[in-house]
Amino acid sequence: MTHQHSSNCKNILQNLSAYIDGDLDQAFCKDIEAHLASCTNCQIVVNTLKKTIHLYQSDGRDTHLPTEVRHRLFSRLELDDYVTRDQKSGQD
Amino acid sequence: MTIENSEKPVDLKALKRKDKAAFAKLVDQNSEHIYRLGLKMLGNPQDAEDVLQETFIKVFNNIDGFEGRSKLSTWLYRIAVNEALMLLRKRKAGITQIDEGLELENGDILPRQIIDWCCLPEKELMSSESRQYIQEAVQTLSDANRAAFLLRDVEGLSTRETAAVLDISESAVKVRLMRARLQLREELTHFFANRIVRESL
Repeated sequence: MTHQHSSNCKNILQNLSAYIDGDLDQAFCKDIEAHLASCTNCQIVVNTLKKTIHLYQSDGRDTHLPTEVRHRLFSRLELDDYVTRDQKSGQD
Repeated sequence: MTIENSEKPVDLKALKRKDKAAFAKLVDQNSEHIYRLGLKMLGNPQDAEDVLQETFIKVFNNIDGFEGRSKLSTWLYRIAVNEALMLLRKRKAGITQIDEGLELENGDILPRQIIDWCCLPEKELMSSESRQYIQEAVQTLSDANRAAFLLRDVEGLSTRETAAVLDISESAVKVRLMRARLQLREELTHFFANRIVRESL
């Protein structure tokens, strides 16, 4: 389903990223929230935008430095004597 | 998730003395961040490892020139981003990159697909197939937008820190971030809408 935006929606949608980050002034935030309360399409965009960011954050948190990559890095930097130091958990 | 959040900063004087223990500590505190940034910027582990190694070699060789006007982590990220961009330029030599077309003639960007896929269960959203798509989708961004998105939303840097790493204004960071987020939302909407259709059959 694609969506043709009304001029009111356009104004809101162009500021959604800043809205999510809390970068907008309070008055504009209130305008956006009032619009969202009555516009299902914009609500969906906000929710899916937040979810998109959340999924990338989750994927990032699950990305670890493989142990063999760490070992090769220490070797390349001639830090082999320090490679056996305690490693952070979750590195595999 | 940002560098140096929870750990004691490495002694800069010891680094400048080329103290190996201090340098090993710096590497251990930062290597996962740099590796992740390289991996998400370039999309493959071998290139990410090259970025990781080259970044720390440059840090080690140039630490004398680091004046401490920015945070050490900002400097590290800046070197890593530049290494990644250099590899991307080599890879794309002769190819002109065009931002994907969410943009209108006046520069505005608007969402096109309105499908609520937030209702999908978490195991579907983070299945191995979904994760592969999520990782591939970030590669569809322009290099500039991808760097801003990864630093802000994945590495968790502030707008100011991201601007310092990329050597651009804070307002430019916000524009790039908005474009990246909206484009990724479109990509994921396209992908997950198909999952909703598949589930309903």
